[in-house]
Amino acid sequence: MSSESLRIVWIYPDLLSTYGDRGNALILARRARQRGMPVEVLEVRSDQRLPATADIYLVGGGEDGPQALGAQRLLADGGLHRAVAQGSVVFGVCAGYQLLGTSFFAKGVQCRGLELLDLQSDRGESRAVGELAGEIDPRLGLPPLTGFENHGGRTHLGPEVSPLARVTAGVGNDGATEGAWRGKLLGTYSHGPALARNPALADLLLRWATGAHQLPPLDDTWSDRLRNERRSAVAAARA
Amino acid sequence: MPLRAKVASSVSRTAAALSRAAGRGDGSVIGGWIGLKIDPDLLAHLSAGRAIALVSGTNGKTTTTRLTSAAVGVLGRVATNSFGANMPSGHTSALAKAGSTPYAVLEVDEHYLAQVLEATEPHVVALLNLSRDQLDRAKEVAMMAQLWRAALVRHTDVRVVANADDPLVVWAATPPGDPARGIKPPHVTWFSAGQRWHDDSWVCPECGSTIQRSGEQWWCTGCPLRRPEPHWVVEDEGVLDPTGAWHKVSLQLPGKVNLGNAATALAVAAEFGVRPVDAVSRLGIVTSVAGRYAQVDKDGRNIRLLLAKNPASWLEAFDMADDAPTLLSINARDPDGLDTSWLYDVDFAPLRGRQVLITGDRAYDLAVRLDVNDVPFQHVRTFDDALRSVPPGRLEVIANYTAFQDIRAELDRVI
Repeated sequence: MSSESLRIVWIYPDLLSTYGDRGNALILARRARQRGMPVEVLEVRSDQRLPATADIYLVGGGEDGPQALGAQRLLADGGLHRAVAQGSVVFGVCAGYQLLGTSFFAKGVQCRGLELLDLQSDRGESRAVGELAGEIDPRLGLPPLTGFENHGGRTHLGPEVSPLARVTAGVGNDGATEGAWRGKLLGTYSHGPALARNPALADLLLRWATGAHQLPPLDDTWSDRLRNERRSAVAAARA
Repeated sequence: MPLRAKVASSVSRTAAALSRAAGRGDGSVIGGWIGLKIDPDLLAHLSAGRAIALVSGTNGKTTTTRLTSAAVGVLGRVATNSFGANMPSGHTSALAKAGSTPYAVLEVDEHYLAQVLEATEPHVVALLNLSRDQLDRAKEVAMMAQLWRAALVRHTDVRVVANADDPLVVWAATPPGDPARGIKPPHVTWFSAGQRWHDDSWVCPECGSTIQRSGEQWWCTGCPLRRPEPHWVVEDEGVLDPTGAWHKVSLQLPGKVNLGNAATALAVAAEFGVRPVDAVSRLGIVTSVAGRYAQVDKDGRNIRLLLAKNPASWLEAFDMADDAPTLLSINARDPDGLDTSWLYDVDFAPLRGRQVLITGDRAYDLAVRLDVNDVPFQHVRTFDDALRSVPPGRLEVIANYTAFQDIRAELDRVI
């Protein structure tokens, strides 16, 4: 951690907050506080400078226009690149995931991404809308991914990143893989929000940020019930 | 009316009656659907000769339509789609069923506004608000504003009554005219009804700059778009009209949001020549609107039903609800939208300190949300379990669309 408290930055809630993205910040902060960590959550709007010294950066979902604008402003600001160089954690969702790559499409135009992850996104033939599930990269040691996706993009991974998960339901990147990660950067198409439906993923980000190998377990009764219910719903839809 | 339209209109009425008799629905859609199959121009034919107001927006359109019908009713008979069937088949059904009336007030789904403007050639269109709603199937919010704006460019003769507090609505209502072609921008009457939800309008729809807010004012930091001076304003328990006269509004519907809806209704009625002083008492006769705000007494509990479909309407529901035991019910079926992520756009903190019960298909999503929000709750499987879990007295029920309909069915389809 960079200081006595865990600093979480929610990037551009004025532009990139379309699918309950605030939830990811709330879940991270709560799970950290429940472990006794002091937490500071900063909401940085797109007309403000991005601090480069936070521990975790969250980039949420957005419509085409705000996505393109968000990427432009992040490129001009440079704060996120400096933070990544210093080892900060970045978690991107949907539009926020795509813009971490080298390029993406918004309103039919190819836009330059932040080039933090070796991936590029283009348009699929149809919009991917519905439940998304997958088996997460075993090296991350997490239970299956569950979420809801809603995007028109298809994402192609380069050799420098690994897929976050192998898709078992839904589309994700391309119908086979979903999301991507490298070092302490991780992106996914899952909403729900993702960290509400995947508390173990929230804990992974907290471990990356704090350097802790393990965190004390929490009471996840309701998340577990939600995860089981969603898994049954996906299985029932397939049967 | 051409013969084809007459036949279509008659078949439409018969189908609606059959649907009701068969207990398969309230007949508000099926008749119109069949009528439009026989005569695609039926809605235009049924609209001819009527002075029409359209009411559209993300939230409040059913209630505002009801209040506006009551206000315009000062002048004569009003046809209206009072069951929330707000697409062209519903409009067709409503007009066919009403027979010949001098006036019509129609609630219009925001996606269909352009099409219904075209078909009905209304005298007035009321634009209430635009916010995120069912994003897995609805148009993106900024796109919706763009569609409205484009539609108004083609109908510059319509009189617009629009919400000065919503930047997206203001932008949609003020397309540039084209002096070279003699096209003037539409005439707009602005109302201020307050807006609790701001999270879809931080970015200017015109230029992409940040929108600043201070008190009730808002302005773009990069272009001239700013809050217009409203002509109709909610003040205390009443409405200020454009002449500066204040009218006390005594509604049977709860919340500041309904005072705003009443101001809108008076502003729309004024476009037909109705004086607010004549209309205001008629607003008080509206008690519930297709089950919304309905109160039912059962087993010693006074149950009040509040519909909340999206983040903006949840904020308004918390404002309306009494400090009493509260049942929240969430589904995610097709009409609700399939993605429950929006639960995190709503701050449930106002419920702290109340007895909170949760139910519905997606109660577990709500459970995780309330847990993070530090709102204690109890999960119940059925509506009867909820009733048994609260003491006698008021029970507030806040539910999204199909969850609301499920509970309404438990209460014998209360309207």
